[in-house]
Amino acid sequence: MTKTTATTRRFFLGQAGAGGLALVSGSAWSGPAGAETVDLPLPGGPQARAITTAFPQKAAMILQRTRPPLLETPFAVFDRGVFTPNDSFYVRWHWAVIPTDIDVGTFRLSVRGHVDRELSMTLKDIVDGLPRVELAAVNQCSGNSRGFTEPAVAGAQWANGAMGNARWMGVRLRDVLDRAGVKAGARQVRFAGLDEPVVSDAPKFMKSLALDHARDGEVMIAYAMNGEQLPLLNGFPLRLVVPGWYSTYWVKMLDRIEVLDKPDDNFWMASAYLIPDTPGADMKPGQTGVKMVPINKMVPRSFVTNLKDGATLKAGAKALVRGIAFGGSTGVKSVEISIDGGTRWLPTTLGPDEGKYSFRQWQAEIVSAAGALSIKVRCVNSDGLAQPVTQNWNPGAFMHNAIETVRVTAA
Amino acid sequence: MRISVMQVGFAAAVLAGLVLAFIGHPEPSDLPTTTPTSPNAPQTFALKSVSVELPTSEVIFPGPANATAITANCLSCHSAGMVLTQPNFSRAAWTGEVEKMIHTYKAPIAESDVTAIVDYLQATKGSK
Repeated sequence: MTKTTATTRRFFLGQAGAGGLALVSGSAWSGPAGAETVDLPLPGGPQARAITTAFPQKAAMILQRTRPPLLETPFAVFDRGVFTPNDSFYVRWHWAVIPTDIDVGTFRLSVRGHVDRELSMTLKDIVDGLPRVELAAVNQCSGNSRGFTEPAVAGAQWANGAMGNARWMGVRLRDVLDRAGVKAGARQVRFAGLDEPVVSDAPKFMKSLALDHARDGEVMIAYAMNGEQLPLLNGFPLRLVVPGWYSTYWVKMLDRIEVLDKPDDNFWMASAYLIPDTPGADMKPGQTGVKMVPINKMVPRSFVTNLKDGATLKAGAKALVRGIAFGGSTGVKSVEISIDGGTRWLPTTLGPDEGKYSFRQWQAEIVSAAGALSIKVRCVNSDGLAQPVTQNWNPGAFMHNAIETVRVTAA
Repeated sequence: MRISVMQVGFAAAVLAGLVLAFIGHPEPSDLPTTTPTSPNAPQTFALKSVSVELPTSEVIFPGPANATAITANCLSCHSAGMVLTQPNFSRAAWTGEVEKMIHTYKAPIAESDVTAIVDYLQATKGSK
């Protein structure tokens, strides 16, 4: 392990509020008169979204949908540090029946199926009865950034804020499975939570992992994020944490675990959240005969957080450019920036390493002559996987991770 | 009992304006992975029961009287914002979405209302 940069965490701090949302008053179509809105730069529109403070345990969030809640993190939050505050952490639910009263005394986590002993664990059994582990990890919606997809795809029209990074605390899934005793012949482990569909015969939300993955010692059952119990909308009291994998697997309000002796064929594994089995999950619109597989590991991304499109820099003067990156299923190897539209790439300095699944800050200094400037940033992860130049396309608009560009002017 | 794991440092003062030229490649991230049991973690962590209220949406489907079918059939499962934040799609694409709601997500939509719903979507959110 080597950390040769002399930088400190403080060095990388953003100024609170820097690069904040440009809020404008009024909205064409939603909310009470005078409500704050934000314009997301989505090419297919509509761009206006209400800013809401109406959700419990949440600060100001971008309202994508009230019921079931889809709340996006305002992007300025990501300039303030690598950990996303719980009250700003994005929210995504599939079904509208979400318990709003959870009693920690009566809650139970069940473990059933292909096991020696079925379990019904109290929260005390979990918190006090099993070894505690911690892990910093990015949680990102499979469809983060879907609103930038062209041609457009139906679904939550997120900008880039359906992601967050937290320090998760909980217990290893492996330790829970070992307590139940997984029988020979087990293949997968299926997870479900307290949320239910409005229509009773609709498919309950359930996700599965291969047994070896479930037992890898990294997948955990979290009861805290960033040192606090989870906000209800982020999955209180228990949430599965699947480091390096998309959030669809991070089942919220986890209350049932089922060990399966055959592959899970439930709708949410067999038919939803599928990606083309191609590099970068890329295919052509309308292309047929493509093998589809369940979405899985995340891919690298990087963002400028202290400059927005349309910002002005002083020509000929040094300017600090700063942002965040993550490697996806492994750590960040390097982050580079270009100020000439992608011809010449220059290294950046990385901030403190909080673990390979975490956001990592980066920064660089640039000097530009007067004129328009396209600042691009790209991350290469520790496996050597780099962000692509061209945006992928697939029918779910999943795994968006092309190189981002911020257009500014030096004057 | 709360533990303050990491946000403490971020509340500190800012050294804005510090400059750093491109000073060479940083080292790869090769820290040991994850899930270390924290030596500093408290011995207990007490969870507290939660009771909250979720807001309801005030947004209605705008436009003429032909919003009746979409309003009657679609709002039990999701608020109108789900539809109104979508970009424009073709009639075929909107028909596909309505069919998906009925057959995949089991929305109890009368077949006789499907045309009126698709008509509304095409009129409100239709592409050429």
